Amino acid sequence: MASKVNTGKKPQINHTNPLAHALLEKLDYDQLTNCMRCGFCLPACPTFRETGVEPESPRGRIALMKAVADGLMEPDDMFRDQMNHCLGCRACEPVCPADVKYGQLIEQARDALEDHPVHSLPVKGMRKLFFKGVFPHRSRLKSLGRTMKFYQQSGLRRVARGSGMMKLFPKHLQDMERILPDATAQGVIEQLGTVYPAKGTPIARVALFRGCIMDVMFAGTNVNTVKLLAEAGFEVVIPPEQVCCGALHAHSGELDLARDLARINVRVFKEMNVDYIVSNAGGCGALLVEYDHLLHEDEAWKEQSAWFASRVVDISKLLVEHGRIPAFRDGASSSSEPVVVTYQDSCHLRNVMRSGTEPRQLISQVANVTFQEMKEADRCCGSAGIYNVTQPEMASQILEHKMENVNATGARYLLTSNPGCLMQMKLGVEKHGCGEAMEVQHLVDFLYERLNHS
Amino acid sequence: MLEPALIAQLRDIVGDTHFRDDPEALIAHSYDGTPMLQAKPDAVVYPANTEQVSAIMKALSTYKVPLISRGSGSNLCGGTVPVEGGVVMVMHRMNQILELDMENLTARVQPGLITADFINHIEALGLFYPPDPSSMRISTIGGNIAECSGGLRGLKYGTTKDYVLGLEAVLASGEIIRTGGKLMKDVAGYDLTKLLVGSEGTLAVITEATLKLIPPPQSKMTMLAMFRDLYGAARTVSAIIEAKIIPATLEFMDNPTIRVVDDFAKLGLPLDMEAILLIEQDGDPETVERDIELIRQICMREQADSVQVAATREEAERLLTARRSAFTALARLRPTTILEDATVPRSKIADMVLRINEIATKYNVTIATFGHAGDGNLHPTATTDARDPEEIHRVEQAFEDIFAAALELGGTITGEHGVGIVKAPYLEWKVGASGISLMKGIKDVFDPDHILNPGKVFAKETRKRVVLQHG
Ligand SMILES: Cc1cc2nc3c(=O)[nH]c(=O)nc-3n(C[C@H](O)[C@H](O)[C@H](O)COP(=O)(O)OP(=O)(O)OC[C@H]3O[C@@H](n4cnc5c(N)ncnc54)[C@H](O)[C@@H]3O)c2cc1C
Ligand code: SF4
Ligand code: SF4
Repeated sequence: MASKVNTGKKPQINHTNPLAHALLEKLDYDQLTNCMRCGFCLPACPTFRETGVEPESPRGRIALMKAVADGLMEPDDMFRDQMNHCLGCRACEPVCPADVKYGQLIEQARDALEDHPVHSLPVKGMRKLFFKGVFPHRSRLKSLGRTMKFYQQSGLRRVARGSGMMKLFPKHLQDMERILPDATAQGVIEQLGTVYPAKGTPIARVALFRGCIMDVMFAGTNVNTVKLLAEAGFEVVIPPEQVCCGALHAHSGELDLARDLARINVRVFKEMNVDYIVSNAGGCGALLVEYDHLLHEDEAWKEQSAWFASRVVDISKLLVEHGRIPAFRDGASSSSEPVVVTYQDSCHLRNVMRSGTEPRQLISQVANVTFQEMKEADRCCGSAGIYNVTQPEMASQILEHKMENVNATGARYLLTSNPGCLMQMKLGVEKHGCGEAMEVQHLVDFLYERLNHS
Repeated sequence: MLEPALIAQLRDIVGDTHFRDDPEALIAHSYDGTPMLQAKPDAVVYPANTEQVSAIMKALSTYKVPLISRGSGSNLCGGTVPVEGGVVMVMHRMNQILELDMENLTARVQPGLITADFINHIEALGLFYPPDPSSMRISTIGGNIAECSGGLRGLKYGTTKDYVLGLEAVLASGEIIRTGGKLMKDVAGYDLTKLLVGSEGTLAVITEATLKLIPPPQSKMTMLAMFRDLYGAARTVSAIIEAKIIPATLEFMDNPTIRVVDDFAKLGLPLDMEAILLIEQDGDPETVERDIELIRQICMREQADSVQVAATREEAERLLTARRSAFTALARLRPTTILEDATVPRSKIADMVLRINEIATKYNVTIATFGHAGDGNLHPTATTDARDPEEIHRVEQAFEDIFAAALELGGTITGEHGVGIVKAPYLEWKVGASGISLMKGIKDVFDPDHILNPGKVFAKETRKRVVLQHG
């Protein structure tokens, strides 16, 4: 049976506007044509649901991209804003009958926009600092970690908050600051070394993708991930030369930078000769699993990137499908009341890595836990990489609605599988929590704390 | 371009944030679910209530500017493409359930309400609203009414028209009318309610609807039958009805569809089957079981190759996968998917499918057919590429032949998607010259200046009907 033929056919238009020219060049015109405008993606899209207007929907954004490529419209500031309003959560993909690769289209559009920038100064400065200056360099991230840790521990943080220094920053950055976890310069390798043996007969040899933010802000979660994997029968290696996955770069249109990082990671993990590459952050995993597409134009890397992509798996899926799942005991020591737990999907884990059921399966296996499904748990929380910094208004509107659903579960624990979501949910609980203590945790930490060490 | 004075009036009526004429808004309302059709409006408005709709209509009729009502733009006939410019009116803000009357079992709703949201809401209260177009997760009640949409349950439960008891609508002049009511019987004059159902936004803007609700069936069973012989499948459909059984669902897939679905969903379907029937019955448990058993016997008698009855709900879901994947599987095959809805008397299904296959061969295009066998409503679906004008031309010729074939078999050019722009050139084939002039007369009374959704339903020119050669 014939499968979809990509003709690569594009209209022959000589755009005078350089951005329109770049968009026609970079956008995959096959994907633009594949969108049949059925609208099935509209109800899945958070920005459409918040605003109710077509340009804020996946179908609308694709139509706008195509209109610019076709020369029906100039790519003005509103167009630019519209492309940046997209959360990149990709909830529009699993519901699309035509299998339109929206995630690729938005990256290509942002790539073109990035080549013709008009960023406001603070955003520009921050982007430059993080994308080129910090994320790609582990040592700098670590020193950032040290600085932050110092700032947090020295009491400076309290001084800063108390003295109103934070008020100098825009409101949403102040909010963010309050929920930042304690950073550390002691990453997972510093704490556990580069190889960690399996408990019992090894089922497989797996490599941990430690992530850059994860390893600075949530090193404890990385440590727990390794130990949990070992407990379930996996030998874990942690390649020390691995770098940032490049997701934030790719989603923001810095595709070339993302590709550079991808090549390093592919090389480093290939040398380890492992059965699986495990991620515990949906946002990273989703890009890792698409490295083959990211590097598809690069013949020399085709085979290796396919090798890499086919081995990437989220820890929850690996545990459920191949692990010897250990018994998780009751966390709440004496009380016999079951503890209510709910789960916020990481968009990229669910929509791209397609692991929506596994985290829930694991939670349900913990003793004395009642899993309470949250209404619209599969909807983006508004974190979306650096979205809550660049699009604060929409992000906070989405968060507010999310928290209504969170609070309605009456859960004691709110679990998630991605650092961005974790921080956003902490922010949500801090701003809109309903008073009683609700703890926001990474799924792995919750499970590890309940390991029944026999 | 709209006159500045009109723009000022419209802004005044809906407020600045709910009037848009920027390039993004115009592009984003230049299309609907119909392939290869695009035209920009001059402005977009988002009214909040009937009074605003009425004020908008008054302003537009003064300036004789076209108005296109729009739900979610999921229609497949070009119904919301503003081919003559004008103002697109998006109904999404009017999306409330105004009243649920448990004594009369009726609901009063606004037109921008999403069909599935409505259905979920009333099902949670133990009620049932049967019209379930496959697009219901996105379509609006207003769009359903304007197209008289049908669904999988049409055979037993009817389509949208059977559940609309009353309407509130705004005429082209801005006048507000109310028709029908919470009444199961009403013969006070001509039935304006039914006239507005299926009027495709060309007679009035629907601003409120009173819908009939019914008690839900107690149980449901699902079965799947495969046939090597197309006529065996078709005879089964007729025999089921002859046995005085009306199944809740009676769906059909032809061989090209089976192949595509199997390739997509890896279901291990036998590829040499000419047809698959998916059958569901609902009602009280004993009747359901008895009907399903009778249907099973009929399938066997008509030489079904295999018959599977689902014992559990999970198994039923598995049987449903093939039919549910049909559209998705076809949509992924090529960039452009053209889905039509030619409809024939159910006794003619096999003939129609064979005709469609012959026509596809004749024009060398790919057309797979699935659809609602119970009511003869077929979905011949062409997979093609909008960027290839030569192939598109052949596809158009094929569809023209398909419409003609449907009429020859006593059928119609469209069963549930509406006429819009796409089928306007063929409408006269179905209703005749006197039918057209009668309909035009009705249009003139409702909308003398032709500002409501112009360019739809009535074509500037009717296609010359070809005499089909087949053998
Ligand atoms: C994948 C797919 C599957 C589909 N499956 C089915 C199916 O199973 N059965 C079926 O019948 N259809 C089906 N359709 C067609 C379509 O979804 C229906 O026609 C639906 O009812 C349109 O609803 P909408 O809200 O999108 O209306 P729109 O597309 O926005 O509008 C449709 C028409 O209604 C008019 N209109 C909208 N609102 C109003 C109003 N308030 N007052 C007056 N006129 C109004 C418009 O002017 C237009 O002419 C399908 C479409 C797609 C893309
Ligand atoms: S669901 Fe897919 S094909 Fe349909 S409008 Fe959205 S992106 Fe386009
Ligand atoms: S990625 Fe998310 S926000 Fe962006 S269009 Fe798709 S569903 Fe909407």
